[in-house]
Amino acid sequence: MIPPMAEKIKKITVALAGNPNSGKTTIFNSLTGMRQHVGNYPGVTVEKKEGFCRYQDYELDIIDLPGTYSLTAYSTEEVVSRNFIIEQKPDVVVDVVDASNIERNLYLAVQLMELNVPLVLAFNMSDIARQKGLVFDIEKLSALLEVRIVQTVGNKKQGIDELLDGIIQTAQQQPKNPASLIKYGSEIEKEIEKLQQKFDELRNDRWTVIKLLEQDADVLGHIHNEEIVISVMESILRLKNIFGEEPEIIIADRRYGFISGACQETVKNTVEIRHNRSDMIDTVMTHKIFGLPIFIAMMYIVFDLTFRFSEWPMGWLEMFFGWLGRGISGFWSAGSDNILKSLLVDGIIGGVGGVVVFLPNIMLLFAAIAILEDSGYMARAAFVTDRLMHKIGLHGKSFIPMLIGFGCSVPAIMACRILENRRNRITTILVMPLFSCGAKLTIYALIIPAFFAEQWRGPVMWLIYFIGIALAVIAAKILRITLLKGETIPYVMELPPYRMPTAKSVLLHMWERGWLYLKKAGTIILLLSIILWAAARYPRMNAEKLAGLNDAEAQTAMLKYSVIGRAGSTLEPALKPLGFDYKIATALIGSMAAKEVFVAQMGIVYAVSEHDDASVLQEKLRSDYTPLQGFCVMLFCLISAPCIATIAITRSETGRIGWAIFQWAGLTTLAYMVTFVVYQVGMLIF
Amino acid sequence: MTTQGQTFLTNITNGTKVRLLKIDAGQGLKARLAAMGLLAGAEFKVINNGHPGPFVIELKGSRMVLGRGMAGKIIVKLSER
Repeated sequence: MIPPMAEKIKKITVALAGNPNSGKTTIFNSLTGMRQHVGNYPGVTVEKKEGFCRYQDYELDIIDLPGTYSLTAYSTEEVVSRNFIIEQKPDVVVDVVDASNIERNLYLAVQLMELNVPLVLAFNMSDIARQKGLVFDIEKLSALLEVRIVQTVGNKKQGIDELLDGIIQTAQQQPKNPASLIKYGSEIEKEIEKLQQKFDELRNDRWTVIKLLEQDADVLGHIHNEEIVISVMESILRLKNIFGEEPEIIIADRRYGFISGACQETVKNTVEIRHNRSDMIDTVMTHKIFGLPIFIAMMYIVFDLTFRFSEWPMGWLEMFFGWLGRGISGFWSAGSDNILKSLLVDGIIGGVGGVVVFLPNIMLLFAAIAILEDSGYMARAAFVTDRLMHKIGLHGKSFIPMLIGFGCSVPAIMACRILENRRNRITTILVMPLFSCGAKLTIYALIIPAFFAEQWRGPVMWLIYFIGIALAVIAAKILRITLLKGETIPYVMELPPYRMPTAKSVLLHMWERGWLYLKKAGTIILLLSIILWAAARYPRMNAEKLAGLNDAEAQTAMLKYSVIGRAGSTLEPALKPLGFDYKIATALIGSMAAKEVFVAQMGIVYAVSEHDDASVLQEKLRSDYTPLQGFCVMLFCLISAPCIATIAITRSETGRIGWAIFQWAGLTTLAYMVTFVVYQVGMLIF
Repeated sequence: MTTQGQTFLTNITNGTKVRLLKIDAGQGLKARLAAMGLLAGAEFKVINNGHPGPFVIELKGSRMVLGRGMAGKIIVKLSER
């Protein structure tokens, strides 16, 4: 036997930086595959993706930094990126550069060079650059920038091994000192020199000096020496006098000058850059008149397909849970009222199973969102909706978190950070729960097939989503002219060229969100299912009182006697004008914790978990309620009380519990009013 | 049109190449725009003067959408042919 070799695996930490739309994510996915996980940077709600990769004798720990254009202190993402680089000192920083858009992308690279980090440039999408007629003299450019350059095509996995070789070689080298490569012209250089000579702590820190001249709030905040601050201010004033412009802008200009100089010598453009295909698609997609209808139609198709294609896998999951429930019941004699059996079968399998069944729905919806995002349509959707958004006092950019809101309000509210204007951001956060999230979808998926014929299911679904959007629009408009008055800030956004989404990226996205949903099912929903199961079962009724009743009557009587039945009954008079009885009221109480609990709760209320499929519950609903009542349930669930997670995130993102309370109370009141009107008017018509 | 060929970006027709002269905005916004390549001296083409609505330009090989109001804060000069 060969004795086990001593582990010679060396660890390398790699930070992945790059512009938005540079294909950073495809490079990250190519490097790490499934070995990745999502977390948060400490203290801020910026998503942190980390992945691992084994290559030769090395274990690479790869951190995907947020996509940024720059390293200023104006956005949280940029501060997070550069603090990670400064504080964690990764062994190598890989900057993913969109080779077809090189000048703008090199702006970030130049700033990374100024940070003096061991840097590798991945010239990504080099195939598209070639198609565009761009020819690079990589060797020369690499020499000019004093940095290693690797050409890659992330979505075809080309150049990944070369990139890994580059990372490993760079990690082993002594870092060069390219920081002083970029000269800012004699006036600025003179001020830099002055400051460096005057203060010892700045002597070897050109980056800090430049940031100070750029009036970087974050760097300035870390300077405690008053004299430095005064000297810096004097320098800035002198430069302002010379240039008639903030030094910051001059510095940016010089960086671009440096880049454009380097590119002039090394990048040849053999064909005039054209976006023919993207432009042609755009004339249709962003058309003044057709743009919005196309967008609405796209959303309709997305929801319709989500519904259609999730039917089969949902059927399989239902069969599985039915089989599991029967299997476990088999350990007890038929008709036994054992607590453990009831807990396992009715509480856990009934509760969690009822939620997990909707996993295919959630995953397909996220796959569709990933396709919209990766294809580049999402940016157009923001463009198309800008006109509309502007009317309600928001701008097109608010639209992106709103679209995420169709998945889950929690990440959507986090995504509101892309909105610089505080009033815009708070308005968008407050109306977010009106966008039907994945959890609400589980309620629709239960109710719609129960009450509506096949051909009406798509339209009813669309109507519910549409009502949510319409209410959000009205609510936002009202908020913007009352509580959150103020001018809307203009925005700028990049329109990436249309691209074919890769299956891998779509699948990874789908898997990621699906897993988060499953985790929620395994933790908070499991816990709530057990609590609700107990609340629905206890206190127990005296057996004598049940004498003479048949099974169904006994079940109803026992539920009415339980904690939850009593709470539901207490609320019943208040909810009666909305068409709800104590059973629905009971389930609504459960759904205050998490919307999908409504489904689980209905399952327990009707004790259907022992049966093998969800259509049993749907049949019971159909016999107890009218389609109008079904519709009102969906309406109420759509609008009312956002879930606990949403309340928590609204509080942390707005910084005030007051906004969260306002959101909760306001939406619940609105839900009551809207449902009241719909039910009462509906009763008159039908 | 203002004097000496200077004008607001909103007055530029589709397909015209212009050079950026000045952005009438606060420091924060200006710095963000600079990071995206929109700074004095930058040359770009107007792809879609969206009347009314957002504005699409081509800058250094990429497409950018300018929101309402933004285009009205940018002063440009026609590029020489």
